[in-house]
Amino acid sequence: MIDAGISFHVSEKGYYGDFGGAFIPEMLYPNVEELRLHYLEYMMEPSFQKEFHFLLKDFVGRPTPLFKAERLSAKYNTQIYLKREDLCHTGAHKVNNTIGQILMAKRLGKHKIVAETGAGQHGVATATVCALMGMECIIYMGAIDIERQAPNVARMKMLGATVVAAQSGSKTLKDATNEAMRHWINHPVDTHYIIGSVVGPHPYPDMVAKFQSIISEEIKWQLQEKEGRDYPDYILACVGGGSNAAGAFYHYLDEPRTALIAAEAAGQGISSGHSAATTFLGKPGVLHGSKSLLMQTEDGQVIEPYSISAGLDYPGIGPLHAHLATSGRAKFFDITDEEALAAALECSMLEGIIPALETAHALAVFGKLGAKPNEISVVNLSGRGDKDLATYQKALKLND
Amino acid sequence: MNRISALFASRKEPILNIYATAGYPNLGDTMLVLNALQEGGVDIIEIGMPYSDPVADGETIQQSNQVSLDQGMTVSHLFDQLKNMRPSISVPVLLMGYINPVLQFGVERFCQKCQEVGVDGLILPDLPMAEYQQSYQSIFERYGLFNIFLITPQTSDERIKQIDAVSEGFIYMVSSASTTGAKSGISTDQETYFKRIEAMNLKNPRLVGFGISDRESFIKASNGASGAIIGSAFVKLLGNAKNLREEIVGFVKSIKGLK
Repeated sequence: MIDAGISFHVSEKGYYGDFGGAFIPEMLYPNVEELRLHYLEYMMEPSFQKEFHFLLKDFVGRPTPLFKAERLSAKYNTQIYLKREDLCHTGAHKVNNTIGQILMAKRLGKHKIVAETGAGQHGVATATVCALMGMECIIYMGAIDIERQAPNVARMKMLGATVVAAQSGSKTLKDATNEAMRHWINHPVDTHYIIGSVVGPHPYPDMVAKFQSIISEEIKWQLQEKEGRDYPDYILACVGGGSNAAGAFYHYLDEPRTALIAAEAAGQGISSGHSAATTFLGKPGVLHGSKSLLMQTEDGQVIEPYSISAGLDYPGIGPLHAHLATSGRAKFFDITDEEALAAALECSMLEGIIPALETAHALAVFGKLGAKPNEISVVNLSGRGDKDLATYQKALKLND
Repeated sequence: MNRISALFASRKEPILNIYATAGYPNLGDTMLVLNALQEGGVDIIEIGMPYSDPVADGETIQQSNQVSLDQGMTVSHLFDQLKNMRPSISVPVLLMGYINPVLQFGVERFCQKCQEVGVDGLILPDLPMAEYQQSYQSIFERYGLFNIFLITPQTSDERIKQIDAVSEGFIYMVSSASTTGAKSGISTDQETYFKRIEAMNLKNPRLVGFGISDRESFIKASNGASGAIIGSAFVKLLGNAKNLREEIVGFVKSIKGLK
């Protein structure tokens, strides 16, 4: 399954195979270069590690449980565990990265934070750590997302953040990211940009993956305790930019006994023209500072994606995932809005857990995976569904 | 000799470079705009290749890019529009844009087309120096294209020297930490920055861009460099113009202090 010659870790020049790099305007070069030169050194400092792990434990509530989903397991006649990232403070895995990056920002001497957000989970997680550390926080969010994720907008405001609507393009995550980058260009000296996914110029994809790798670090010992072996047969995660998947895959990238399964948002179907399934519809291209797979026209213009899930509504994918997809190391599934909604309802009714719409895409893979009865799967339950209630109410006709 | 080098070698007066989004305000206006700019006395024309996600650009240029794309502009359509621009357009012409459309068109094919229609250089802000040197420089050079790099007030002296070594034609000196069109006017801090760069004795001349909108800011910027670049202020004019040719000619003359 794994070709011994292929590396799934970032190269000296910031590449995963053919993907990655740092395609940024000169205005951002000093900041990105400073980060590139120091991020590993800062992360490894004992004082950084101590503070990071202290906050993950006492503020975020880690380790998050690895829960055996008995009724889902029975339904699909296989062994299913849920990695409960939905129980993280703020309701999703995003906070693992924002804790790491706010500590990084302090070491870089920055005192203002800018971030983009799609579903609002990264925005809330960023606003949260800014409140914790007393830093000024500006969040860019697509105007459409502001409407469909209203509870998260209110949370960010209550946490003291300024939420700015991105009005350009498709008014979703891509455009919020453009605006956040423009803000950083205009405020390069005092501001750190906390990118929320494994996208952006090197070293962001690697740094975010490393902060999120706590997820698979915990899965290893938790699975050892429960099953007597530290690896599953399958590990499943949804992929928009791909941060929760990167964290869940991280310690299994070189583990040949574990199949990596990624769920992408097919929207209304990959042939419908209303989709966000980048590995199915994308070609190599450059967006937001790195070369990766990208949904684009023949002329190289970025296509405005569509998904019912704001967190997966992105035309690109992190360069690590582009490499995992093209090398065959990970298997990608396209999951439609409808399939995700059904999976969300199923997980709620069978396990008493209302998952985020993003996460529901990963759960929907069980209908197609063909896992055997004795095989073990771990799904990264990346977020909880409270923020999606309005969408669920409407789509699942809960008010009828 | 590349037209850019010839211009800088022969000129004593401040050089005026004006940016215009291709296919804007109307898809078919590109050549009309180029001709009017030259008629007004512009020294270099920078043609913006519209892109869906121009992160280094502010609202004015973003919007003009979107309008042009919505009207059907593509890279190959632009080359069609420019195919007969020489010899009637005699000033140097640069294409400014983002790397992704160039990658999709094919870098070699793109450069070949540039040479065919008479483009002298490229400004691709999201193509960093390291990537350029590793994968693009030899192709650009094969087709006689200058790659214009940006420096900003935050660029270190060491990196400015590296950029100077790999640059040809001129260096694009960004006047302040910003996207295009975000600020206007030139402050004393910025003049100090221009002087600092001037004192470095670089081999390449510099043009100042960002924040230049009228004769006053053009003259101020030109005091610390060989000239300056106007973008957003001109694109605004394009968007509002009632008589395109006349207003373009008048604008260029006003910047150059001509009647």
